[in-house]
Amino acid sequence: MGLAVLLSVCGYCAVGLARHGALPQGAAGYGAGLAVLALLAHLAVRFRAPGADPVLLPIAVLLNGLGLVLIYRLDLETPGDAAAPTQLNWSTLGVALFVVVVVVLDDHRVLRRYAYVCVVGALALLTVPIFFPAVNGARIWVRVAGFSLQPGEFAKVLLAVFFAGYLAANRHALAHSGRRLWWLRLPTGRVLGPVVAIWLLSVGVLVLERDLGTSLLFFGLFVVLLYVATGRTGWVAVGLLLAVAGALAVGRLEPHVHGRVEDWLHPFASIDAGRGPNQLAQSLFAFAAGGVLGTGLGEGHSVLIGFAAKSDFILATAGEELGLAGLVAVFGLYALLVERGYRAGLALRDAFGRLLAVGLASILALQVFVIAGGVTGLIPLTGMAMPFLAQGGSSLVTNWVIVALLIRLSDRARKDAAEHEDDLARRPGGEKAAGSGPAAAPYDGTAAP
Amino acid sequence: MTRYIRRAALLCALLLVALLVNVVRVQLVRSDAYTGNPANRRAEIARWGQPRGDILVGGSPVTGSRDTGGMFRYARSYTDGPLYAPVTGFASQVYGTTLLEHARDGLLAGTDPGLAGFPLLHDLTRARSSGGTVVTTIDPEAQRAAYEGLAGRHGAVAALDPVTGRILALVSLPSYDPDELSGTGEDVARAWRRLGGDPDRPMLNRAVDRTYPPGSTFKVVTAAAALDAGVVDDLDAPTRSPDPYTLPGTRTRLTNEVDGCTDASLRYALEWSCNTVFAKLGVETGLAAMSRTAASFGFDDAGLRVPFAVARSTFAAKQDRAQLALSSIGQFDTRATPLQMAMVASAVAGDGTVPVPYLVERTTTAAGTTLSSARPRTLHRAMRRETAERLRELMTGVVEEGTGTNAAIPGAVVGGKTGTAQHGVGNAGTPYAWFISWARGEDAPAPAVAVAVVVEDARAGRGEISGGGDAAPIARSVMAAVLGGRAADAR
Repeated sequence: MGLAVLLSVCGYCAVGLARHGALPQGAAGYGAGLAVLALLAHLAVRFRAPGADPVLLPIAVLLNGLGLVLIYRLDLETPGDAAAPTQLNWSTLGVALFVVVVVVLDDHRVLRRYAYVCVVGALALLTVPIFFPAVNGARIWVRVAGFSLQPGEFAKVLLAVFFAGYLAANRHALAHSGRRLWWLRLPTGRVLGPVVAIWLLSVGVLVLERDLGTSLLFFGLFVVLLYVATGRTGWVAVGLLLAVAGALAVGRLEPHVHGRVEDWLHPFASIDAGRGPNQLAQSLFAFAAGGVLGTGLGEGHSVLIGFAAKSDFILATAGEELGLAGLVAVFGLYALLVERGYRAGLALRDAFGRLLAVGLASILALQVFVIAGGVTGLIPLTGMAMPFLAQGGSSLVTNWVIVALLIRLSDRARKDAAEHEDDLARRPGGEKAAGSGPAAAPYDGTAAP
Repeated sequence: MTRYIRRAALLCALLLVALLVNVVRVQLVRSDAYTGNPANRRAEIARWGQPRGDILVGGSPVTGSRDTGGMFRYARSYTDGPLYAPVTGFASQVYGTTLLEHARDGLLAGTDPGLAGFPLLHDLTRARSSGGTVVTTIDPEAQRAAYEGLAGRHGAVAALDPVTGRILALVSLPSYDPDELSGTGEDVARAWRRLGGDPDRPMLNRAVDRTYPPGSTFKVVTAAAALDAGVVDDLDAPTRSPDPYTLPGTRTRLTNEVDGCTDASLRYALEWSCNTVFAKLGVETGLAAMSRTAASFGFDDAGLRVPFAVARSTFAAKQDRAQLALSSIGQFDTRATPLQMAMVASAVAGDGTVPVPYLVERTTTAAGTTLSSARPRTLHRAMRRETAERLRELMTGVVEEGTGTNAAIPGAVVGGKTGTAQHGVGNAGTPYAWFISWARGEDAPAPAVAVAVVVEDARAGRGEISGGGDAAPIARSVMAAVLGGRAADAR
C-alpha cells in the first residue's frame, strides 16, 4: 500500500522534473492527500473486513494515483483547464463511498433483497440523461449546479446486483426447462421474458443516448453472467448472434457508430483525405512514440489527441510516456484486480455472491478491454472510461464502489472457507465431501428473494 | 458453477492476451510506420524542441534561436537576414527549410546520428543531441561589398577562391529576411504569401537558382576552346573576320558595338568584345569542341551541389552553324548561373582547372568537435595550362585598356570580361549587364578571388549598356574586399 502511494508521488515528481526541472509545488500536499485517503480506506478494511483480499485496495490506490499523475501531466498542456484537482476531489468522494460500503454493508447477501429495486434505479439512471442536452454526440450527461454526472456509470453496479440476484434465483429454471431446438435448449418465455425485456430496454436507452461503449458493456455482462449461472453454451451462442445482429444493424443505420467503424477499419483515411489525423490516428501515433520504454513522464505529446485526451484516451498518454513496459504493468494491475474478483467468486459459497463477484470483476475486465482495445485500434472505438485512470468523477466513484463490494465479497469468501474447514473438521470422513468442491456448497441455489 | 466461472475467467485472460498482442503490434511492430507518418507531428515537435545549431560566417554566427514557448518551441532567428539569405535559406516551422538550412538540416536540428557520441545509448535514453554548427566559407567583407554594390537593383554576385573552390560571396537581390518566416503565427503566413506573390521574387536565389544568357562573358569559353583546338595560335595575329558577319546559312548580319573588329586579333577582339570575331571563331572551332569545352567548365551538369543544388547551366548540344555562332557569344540557348560564370573565371585565374565550389568549410558538434572538413577538389580540367595563361593575359588587357577598366585595383593584377546579354522576345528586355573577373595580389603566387556579377536592371540606356559600367565596379569592390582581407592576414 505504501508502495502504491510512493509510486504515485514519484510519478507526480517525475512530471514536474521533466517539465520544469524542479519538483512540483504541490508534491507534498498531493502525496499527503493520497496517503490519508489510502490510510482511511486501509483502516476501514482492517477493522471491518480483516479477511478481505489484501491486493485489491493497493491496486485501486495505485491506479487512482497513476490516473491523477497522468491527468496532472496533461493539465500542464492545457493551462485553462485543470482537471487534476477535481479528480482528486472525486477520488476523495470515491474513497468515502468505499469506506461507507465497507463499514455499512455487513453481508453482501443483503443486496439480494434489493435486486428489483436496483433494476428500477438503474433504468431510472439510464433514462435521466435523455432529458438533458447531448454532449459531443452522446446523451449520457446530467448537468446539475455545475456538476456533470454520468448516471450510466452508477447503473453498472446496480445492474450487476440485479443480474446476480435474478440469475441466482432463476438459474435452475433457465438451465433445465424449456423446449429443445436442435442442440439448443430454449428457456420458457416466462423465465426469459423479464431478462430480455430489461436488456432490450437498457440497450434501447443506450442506443438512443448513443453511448455504445456502455451498451456493449451491459450486454457482455449479461451474457457472461447468464453463462456462469446456467452453464449453457446455447446462451452464449444466442447472445453472440444477438450482438452481431445488433452491431450490424446499428453500424449500418446509425451514422455516429458507422463513422466509428470506418475509423477503426481505416484510421488514416482522414489523413489521406487531407483533413489531418483523427483522434484514433493521433492515439496510435502516441502509442507508437512510446516504444518499449516510453518517452518518460511529461516528455510525450499525447496532447495532440486533443479532445478527451484526459478521459477516454488517457491510456495513450500512459502508452507514450511509460511505454510498452508501463502499459504491460498497468494491464497487469487490471488483470490482477479482475483475477482477485474471480477468485472471490470461486471461493464464495452462495450463488448470488459468486455471480456478483464475477459480474463486478467482469465489468472491470470488459471496460478495460473495450476502451483499451478501442484506443489501440483493436476494436472500434467507443467512448468509455479507463477504470480509475481516466478523468471522470462518476466512473471513479463507481469503480471505488466496485472495489469496496469486491473487498466485502472476498472477506465473506474467506469466512466461508474458514467455516467450511470447520465443518470438515467436525465431520468424520470430511475429505470426501471436500472433493466435490465449493460447487456443492450449501448456500447454492437457495430460494428466490 | 465453478467450471463456468473458470471459463469466464479464461475469456478475460484471452481478452488480456488480445490487448497485449495488439499493444505490441502498435508500439513495436508498426511503431516506425506510425512514427514516420507525415501527419504525425512528433518529429517536427522534437526538432523544434531545442535550439537549432548555428551557421557561422567569418567565425561568428549569423543565425540564432528564439524561445517561443509554443509547441514548436525554438524559432530560428537571423542576424543580417537579407544579407545572408542566399546562403542560409530559411528554417520555418511551417514552411520547411531551404538552402544550407535544408542541406545540413539533420546536423543543425540535432538529428544527425553522427552527433551522438554513443548512438545505442542515445536510442535507449532518447536523449537528443544539441544541434551542430556549420562553418561556411563566406567572407563577410566580400559578401557585404557585393550586397551593398547591388543595393537597390536586381542581380546576383558569386565569388570563389579559384584555388580551392571556396565560395566567398553569394548574393542575390532583391532579398528577404528569413526571420519573417520563423514562427507559426498569422504574421508568418502573411509574410509567406507576400514573399511568394512578390513579382520581384525575393526568395529566388539568383546566384545559383537562376540562369541568364551570359552574353559576351561567354567569349572567354569560346576563346579557351579555340586556343585549345588550335584554331587560333597567335593572340596578336589578325583573324580573318568580316564586320558585319553573316551567320552561316542565313542572311542575318551580326554587328558590333565597337569599331575596329574587322580582321581584329584575338587580343583586340576580347578587349573590345567583338561579336563578329567570336561568332566566327566558335563556328570554326566546331560544335563538338565547343560543347566539350563548355561541359568541362561545368555547363550541362545538373548534379552540382554546394551543398544545395545549383541550377544547370546550358550550352545546347544540337544546333546549326548559325545558332552555334550566336551561342559562341553567349546568346541563343546558352545560359549560365552567376556561380557558373565565377567558375569560368576561376579556371582562367588558376591553372585551367575548375574547382568544385563549396560553401561548408567545416561542421562541428555543439561542443566544437569537428565532424567533417571540406577537401578542395577539382571538377574538370577546362583547358590546357598554357591556354589559361594566355587567357589571363587577354583578360588582364580587358581591365588595363579594354571595356573593363572600372574593375582595376591598384596593387593587384586583375583580369576581367564584360558582357551585355540581350533577352526577351525580340531582345526587347533591358539587357543584363555582366562582369566576370579574377584578381591576385601583385606579388602573390596564386589568385585570390574570382567573381561573377550580373545586374538585371542596368541603369544605362539600351545600346550603351556594358558590363563595364554597371557590373565591373561591384566586382572590383568584392575583389578588393577579399584582397584587403588577405593583405590584413598577411600582416
